[in-house]
Amino acid sequence: MAFLSVERVSKYFPILAGATARGREAVFCVFKDVELRLAKGEFVTLVGHSGCGKSTLLNIIAGFEQASTGGVILDGKEVTDPSLDRMVVFQSFALMPWLSAFDNVRLAVRAAHPRWDKARVREETHRYLDMMGLQGAESKKPALLSGGMRQRVGLARAFAVQPKVLLLDEPFAQIDALTRGVIQEELVRMWTATQHTVFMVTHDVDEAILLSDRIALMTNGPEARLTECVEVNLPRPRSRETMIDTVEYIRLRNYILHFLMRGSRAPTAHDPQPAARQGPWAQATPLSATPSASVLDQAENTVNTSRTV
Amino acid sequence: MDAPPPIRLPQAQQRSWIISLSLLGVGVLLWHLATVRPAFDPQGLTADQLQKMEFNGDIVRTDDGRYISNPEKVQGIPGPWAVVKKAVAEFAEPFHKKGANDHGIGHLIRYTVTRFAVGFLSASVVAVLIGVVIGLSRTLYRALNPFIQVLKPISPLAWMPLLLYTVQHPTWTAILVVFMASLWPTVANTAFGVSTIRKDYLQVASLLQLSWFQRLVRVVLPAAAPTIVAGLRISFGSALVAVVPAEMLLGELGVGYLTWIEWNNLHIAGILFAILVVGIVGVIMDAGFNRLARLVTYTE
Repeated sequence: MAFLSVERVSKYFPILAGATARGREAVFCVFKDVELRLAKGEFVTLVGHSGCGKSTLLNIIAGFEQASTGGVILDGKEVTDPSLDRMVVFQSFALMPWLSAFDNVRLAVRAAHPRWDKARVREETHRYLDMMGLQGAESKKPALLSGGMRQRVGLARAFAVQPKVLLLDEPFAQIDALTRGVIQEELVRMWTATQHTVFMVTHDVDEAILLSDRIALMTNGPEARLTECVEVNLPRPRSRETMIDTVEYIRLRNYILHFLMRGSRAPTAHDPQPAARQGPWAQATPLSATPSASVLDQAENTVNTSRTV
Repeated sequence: MDAPPPIRLPQAQQRSWIISLSLLGVGVLLWHLATVRPAFDPQGLTADQLQKMEFNGDIVRTDDGRYISNPEKVQGIPGPWAVVKKAVAEFAEPFHKKGANDHGIGHLIRYTVTRFAVGFLSASVVAVLIGVVIGLSRTLYRALNPFIQVLKPISPLAWMPLLLYTVQHPTWTAILVVFMASLWPTVANTAFGVSTIRKDYLQVASLLQLSWFQRLVRVVLPAAAPTIVAGLRISFGSALVAVVPAEMLLGELGVGYLTWIEWNNLHIAGILFAILVVGIVGVIMDAGFNRLARLVTYTE
């Protein structure tokens, strides 16, 4: 059985009063019958256009929202409320602006380990801040940190809780292109070291290929469907430099872009089978700890592909 | 050659001081000019008239036989010098007690500040609690809003007869008037601040499974703190406005009542002095608020 499984989840929103279409139900279907299964330690990314309900699905997994039909099962238990076993990394960072970087992470460590004494909490907080390269920024308030540094704090906070699943909601969308690549590599490094299960939502195809084991593709909304899951058979460790010239990378990228373009023209909502593929699944090979690609190369290669569609 | 340029105050800061001081100087000068009395000129007055004026105390005869205006008898508004003299006299013995109504200015300030502090602080605690509760629950907010809207515009002084009748003690009545005056702005601002907290902060709180109390102390209150302090500040102003008439009407000794005492003495310089003291006490207390506001504000 899968570690995290999304079982035939649909989401309906009531249509706002005044906008009711004559003779139609006053509900709006965001997505329907989404099925997705993640093995333990797997990194799966959901790619789709804005408005297809990617973030809504992530919110349902996080427990912020309830599925209209279907449900989410994590490690044999149904997800109903937000909890410490599913930490979210927000696009908006969601750091408490009145707390320093250190206190933001400490708040999470203390919540995850209520029985620890102060010294131990402090030690653990330092450990995760150091892992994300935040030495020297501990006492700064988020307002004084760059977007990249803020998301490092966000990642440190999420990892520090040691959740069963890490949910990343377009975590790099608000970070400048130069920094994005560096943090992506750091995320991979942390993920390799901790072997977390990660579910990420993004509209950046390059980012998805660089980071994921599998990429789930969602058609356009309304009534969006998760129609395909693409395996990323690129060897790890991956770096943009070495990756972008490989045939497999180009094939994948073109495939996904074609899918997104198709999806943007006509709704393929009545696709018969929800095609989340399950089955034997190869564990990723461990990554070396040092980021290899140079910052400039990544900047050149960071193209926000979905916007070009 | 590479010596760093001398550090100077920002120009705006320098200029604002210069403008403030010169406005004060011009104001005091105009006040002085408007209130200065011309020297008494006896020309054209008969000896009879002069005698009558002396008898009335309008003029006095000096040792060398000339008539001058009586410096003891004040006509019109006293000038700045009279107020300064009054202030010097009052601050010379700030803690005297010469009878029921004649307490030193130090005592009067203490009475007012104590009365104010008790009313304001207790109202703030109550108001923040109410504000948090209705800010967190949309249902309660809607249920209580009509009551708040009706009660809010009522002048705190309008409560006074009822309060006096109920608690039957002027000291407590004055405190309760201050309480009523400082309640509503804080309630309204706290409810607003709490209900408009950014959703992500609350989502983080729920991810971390913080208890209701932890969530309140670690997330809700700090997030709403700037708005709450803004509300406290409005309350503070309205309470300071209410404390003066409350003291006057109830005959409770304090800087507010001092203006009334001086009016009863027909001592206009004393009234002006009392007004200035109220203003200065307000400024000092407000400076404390500035500090508090700086402690809790954050930039996103």
